[in-house]
Amino acid sequence: MSTHTALEEGFPAKHFLNQGTTFKSWATTIDHKRIALMYLVTVLFTFFLGGVFALLLRIELLTPGPGIMDAQSYNRVFSLHGIIMVFLFMIPAVPGVFGNFMLPLMIGAKDVAFPKLNLATYYIYVLGALFAVWGLWNGGVDTGWTFYAPYSTTTATKVVPVLLGAFTVGMSSILTGVNFMTTVHTLRAPGLTWGKLPLFVWAIYGTAAVQVLATPVIGLVTLLVAAEAGFGFGLFDPARGGDPLLMQHLFWFYSHPAVYIMILPAMGVVSEVIATFSRRQVFGYKMLAGSTLGIALVGFFVWGHHLFVSGQSTFNAGVFGVLTMLVGVFTAIKVFNWVLTMYKGAIDFKTPFLYAMGFLYFIIFGGMTGIALAVVSLDIHWHDTYFVVAHFHFVMVGSVVMGFLAALHYWFPKMFGKMYSDRWGLAAALFVFIGFNVTFIPQFLLGNMGMPRRYYQYPEVFRTLNVMSTAGAGLLGFGFAFILIVLVVALIKGKVAGPNPWFSKGYEWNTTSPPDMHNFHEVPVMVDAPHAYEKVPEGTLAAQEAAKTEAEGAHHHV
Amino acid sequence: MNELIESLSWMNDVLFLPPQTSTLAPKIDFLHWQIFIVTMLTFFAITSVIIGLYIKYRRKEDHQVTEVFHPPLWLEGAFIAVPFVLFMAWFTLGFHDFVWSRTPPKDAIDVYVMGKKWMWKYSYPDGPNMIDTLRVPVGRPVRLLITSRDVIHSFFAPTMRVKQDALPGRYTEAWFEATKTGTYPIFCAEYCGLNHSAMIGNIVVMETREYDAWMDDVKRNTYASRIDIGMTEQQATMVTQGAKLALEKGCARCHSIDEANTLLPPTLGPSWVGLYRAERKLADGSTVIADEAYLTRSMMDPMVQLVAGYPPLMPSYQGVLQSGEAAAIAEYIKTLKKDSPTKLGAR
Amino acid sequence: MSDASAGMLDHAPHFNSAAHEKRAAQMGMWLFLVNEVLLFAGLFTAFFMYRFMYTDTFRYLAFVELDWVMGTVNTGVLLASSFTVVLAVQAARAHKSNQVGLWLLATIGFAGVFLVIKYFEYTHKIHEGLLPGSYFSYDLSESIARVKGDPVKMSHIADANINLNNVGNGAPMFFTLYFFITGLHGIHVLIGMGLLGWMAKRAFNGEFARRNDTPIELSGMYWHLVDLIWIYVYPMLYLL
Repeated sequence: MSTHTALEEGFPAKHFLNQGTTFKSWATTIDHKRIALMYLVTVLFTFFLGGVFALLLRIELLTPGPGIMDAQSYNRVFSLHGIIMVFLFMIPAVPGVFGNFMLPLMIGAKDVAFPKLNLATYYIYVLGALFAVWGLWNGGVDTGWTFYAPYSTTTATKVVPVLLGAFTVGMSSILTGVNFMTTVHTLRAPGLTWGKLPLFVWAIYGTAAVQVLATPVIGLVTLLVAAEAGFGFGLFDPARGGDPLLMQHLFWFYSHPAVYIMILPAMGVVSEVIATFSRRQVFGYKMLAGSTLGIALVGFFVWGHHLFVSGQSTFNAGVFGVLTMLVGVFTAIKVFNWVLTMYKGAIDFKTPFLYAMGFLYFIIFGGMTGIALAVVSLDIHWHDTYFVVAHFHFVMVGSVVMGFLAALHYWFPKMFGKMYSDRWGLAAALFVFIGFNVTFIPQFLLGNMGMPRRYYQYPEVFRTLNVMSTAGAGLLGFGFAFILIVLVVALIKGKVAGPNPWFSKGYEWNTTSPPDMHNFHEVPVMVDAPHAYEKVPEGTLAAQEAAKTEAEGAHHHV
Repeated sequence: MNELIESLSWMNDVLFLPPQTSTLAPKIDFLHWQIFIVTMLTFFAITSVIIGLYIKYRRKEDHQVTEVFHPPLWLEGAFIAVPFVLFMAWFTLGFHDFVWSRTPPKDAIDVYVMGKKWMWKYSYPDGPNMIDTLRVPVGRPVRLLITSRDVIHSFFAPTMRVKQDALPGRYTEAWFEATKTGTYPIFCAEYCGLNHSAMIGNIVVMETREYDAWMDDVKRNTYASRIDIGMTEQQATMVTQGAKLALEKGCARCHSIDEANTLLPPTLGPSWVGLYRAERKLADGSTVIADEAYLTRSMMDPMVQLVAGYPPLMPSYQGVLQSGEAAAIAEYIKTLKKDSPTKLGAR
Repeated sequence: MSDASAGMLDHAPHFNSAAHEKRAAQMGMWLFLVNEVLLFAGLFTAFFMYRFMYTDTFRYLAFVELDWVMGTVNTGVLLASSFTVVLAVQAARAHKSNQVGLWLLATIGFAGVFLVIKYFEYTHKIHEGLLPGSYFSYDLSESIARVKGDPVKMSHIADANINLNNVGNGAPMFFTLYFFITGLHGIHVLIGMGLLGWMAKRAFNGEFARRNDTPIELSGMYWHLVDLIWIYVYPMLYLL
């Protein structure tokens, strides 16, 4: 972008990381970048915790009979794994870390709309997390993360603190959504129209809308289940006239859109990464932005596909099945557009790009198995088997974690001003990719064989595939440790990255790395669309318009 | 069509699918193969395109300027249309099979299934009660009327490709027709606590003659050792239990159980005589066949499918009737035929 | 930055002007209120679902056990409190900080009256054994017998077309939802009182004489929502 004065090359003397180094300066900061880093540390910790539980589960499942723990512990551990991964890692991960850090940078703002609320949101999240972890530590819950009544309301384990923890985390999620939506509406820099918004911003915007509209319902469900477990109200207990299916409907009304809270930001990251490393504007910008909003919207009306065999009417199953297909269509549109973005591009195969390709792989298989599950008759066989487990791990772990890692590797130099070793980065990515496949492809086959999920023991026929899956989990764990080492080494003695190591034309690269406390030294003016790498043909209307807006931008600058 | 399905059956080994032992299984597997093949083709196509693009358009310089390219409209249209048509076609095929799998044939044998932490109980309307092992004849449709006594369970027979949740206080329906004799597993697919993974049963598929002989044998010999299916006292059959409940719970105060009975005002509730499998005209104008599912639903949610011509008076028996009791009443209603009224306790 | 054009009002550094900041704050509040509406919408869905299942029981209990006089008085009280909040916002726009404080105090007063009336309703019901769960000791048949002996009530029941034969199942559901909905609304009233109290304190410190009126306006929006929810709860529980 020609209007911008040259940025300070190399490592800036003053940046947001060294403006105050005391504990207090971090704990009371209202700077969105510092809050993002606090989220990063916290979600890495919760991811580690959830991962350890996952490994314990896999070790237990090495043998058909009892292994390292008894049935009750197993039931608690898989509940812990699910609750921590879903509520404490996946939902806050990409919006909390990269949404917080990048959203203001990408729209040329100094901060989010409500910086104090932003900090409060973080503490509410930590409070909820502590509440939940405390409950999990003290007796735990054995209900699974879905809390289906009447099991959850009659179990002897401590569901109430965990549910209240989930409620609190949900509140934090709602406030994040409110904050981000308002930020996009009110704080865009001059020249940044809705049609130019970077696709990551669109993704965060769609996510925020889902957070605001869906989270209150799960908040209500957790309160109702907690009240029922605590006081025995009987609202979902058929013995007292209640209806257990009501709980499932309300639960999935939130929890299905919650999947899109996790996946949409990851999709936004992939749009940015593919554009940067192909040096092209994304192919079909309007279709990508539109399909993001489409998924966010249709996502509200597909919850019933979790209840195909629960006893809802055949008609309902049909309606929810058709609507679910629409989500598949929107996702397919995205995949095609991402692939064709590389057409006539200038492709550079760096670590973030590999993760983006990994994301495509997981979304193709995760998405197609999702389509298969929405073909109602097939769901009869697969419902509640390991096939479903493998499917949602492909989408929620494969795709979301690939998106998270793509974001981490893409924006790492921007966030810390240091560059990691690309070669080691690629090697670690391969480990994660292979480990992931070895873990979950056997689980698809186990599901085909008919192994139900949440099984502590299993018949001998399922053994071989379970052993393979456990081996893959070990590889996956090793891969994550590998990534951590690569990045920590980069933090300590990585090369200075400079403001724009990827030569990207994304807006967030128009500042120093790490950015200044106030993001930009002067208010940026968005003249070009983000990622405008293409040559504008001389003499065309587009060229004249570009010249005109450039002149206006320069004028505004003075 | 059948030949095509046969010729592709090796796919079952590739996909680790269990043997097909019901009429539903080949239908589900055939669609499964189609989707699997298309997914693989899509994946290889997309991968080849990505590799091709990478080879052709590798970056030559850091600040390379790329050519302008505006996608033609038909391409964007195709991006929407192709997946849409494909997904909808699959959905249509799948939904067709789904509706078929939810519509039991009229001549099906009924078995009441009750999930209970952590076992399956089966009761045959005029025969024995069984735990964990379900015996069915080959080549005859079997309808399962499923409920639960405590939390939600899910009846899952992988080789039959049958699954249906068992809800406390409600009846759900599933059916299958076994095509091969043998013993096949039953799992509980909905997490139900400590011994969820041990809630395993068997389906024993028998030759029809063997099955009939077995049924006769148990009917003759095992009344004394009958296993309780959730009712409170010793009873002979579900029918007598149902007749008793109809009096105890006050059903007979509004519903006539005898064609000749003129004591009841005719407008209070529809007569039970000849009700089973009759076509009923509902208050909203639609019609419904009064099968077990309808009868049990009418006990739990009477206002949902109200019969035309009757006032909306009946209270819900949700929570009043225990698991198994609604089934017993439904079985009793089934015996009340127009031409041969069954007297109470005739059995 | 265009600080000069923003006038004398303070604003946070990441906004261009106080008006800009106010617009953002209002939008944030609207989004938050949307989320609150959805929270209650889930409860209303549950209520209507169970009311559909147990129609006569719900109507009977609403008639016999809920005191519509108290409910109506409370509705009036909340409407009055909404009016005083409007006056507080008006005063804030005119930069009359002390007046803002007084109107807010009046609002808190009304809210207090609302809660006191609610307290009497609750104690009466708890005394009757209507608290759901393990405390539930309500004898429905005794209640029906009592009503049958009361010709005035019986004529009302006949007018309302409630069929006493169908009153039976679902009584715990009614009171569970009654306590849950009114309880959650009551918590919102308490939060609103705290918020308005804090605003009143700031008003008496004279803060709104020189600063913009955004905090008062936002608190007012929240209070209107609390009022609005009650406007739906009242006919749903007491009148239908």
